[in-house]
Amino acid sequence: MAILHTVNKSPFEKNSLETVMRIAIEGSSVLFIEDGVYGAMDGTSLNGKVSDASNRLHFYVLGPDLKARGLSEGEVMDCIEVIDYEGFVDLVVKHDATHACL
Amino acid sequence: MEDTPEKYEGGVVKKFMYVNRRAPHGTIYAQESLEVVLIGAAFEQDVSIVFLDDGVYQIRKDQDTSAIGTKNFSKTFRALEMYDVEKLYVEKESMEARGMTVDDLIVPVEMKTSEEIGRLMEKQDVILSF
Repeated sequence: MAILHTVNKSPFEKNSLETVMRIAIEGSSVLFIEDGVYGAMDGTSLNGKVSDASNRLHFYVLGPDLKARGLSEGEVMDCIEVIDYEGFVDLVVKHDATHACL
Repeated sequence: MEDTPEKYEGGVVKKFMYVNRRAPHGTIYAQESLEVVLIGAAFEQDVSIVFLDDGVYQIRKDQDTSAIGTKNFSKTFRALEMYDVEKLYVEKESMEARGMTVDDLIVPVEMKTSEEIGRLMEKQDVILSF
């Protein structure tokens, strides 16, 4: 069953987002948290890869982490859903296991 | 979890997967991961270890740390068998990107594609990343 992968580092500094997109199988979820939220922004060099992956994976980004960094929900890629802390808990419960990719 | 975890005398056996993504000696992550693996194994849990990205460098053979004054824990990977930790996997893509083959490794492993690793991950109760 499906795994929730969290990414907490900027994709421009670390390769965790790329690794997660490589190993996550269809129907899995990816949640951007902490500095990982930069990977959810529209207009970056990663948009193509994330957009392609969104055909088989669900993407989420944690709203409070966006806000803390001065990023607005409107700047997030269309294929990514913004969630709050409750939504984070719901995702953890909904999946069979969480892979906090470090 | 759809299956009831198998019981062993004194507790429950869960499937633990350790995901190692970092090179061995620049940071403490790899060594700490190995410590946690051994703890899990001591509690007779169902342990598997995956080496991804630079994590594959952890099990390169012929490591010699004598000149940098740190522990050469790569040898400990060979002791895992004694703790019944025998499910070691490397990701094919990570190996190929680094020009490595299984002959470069200190322990026997199974080579898996990204997708196969993803499928293995789905069968776990607990996933710990280092």
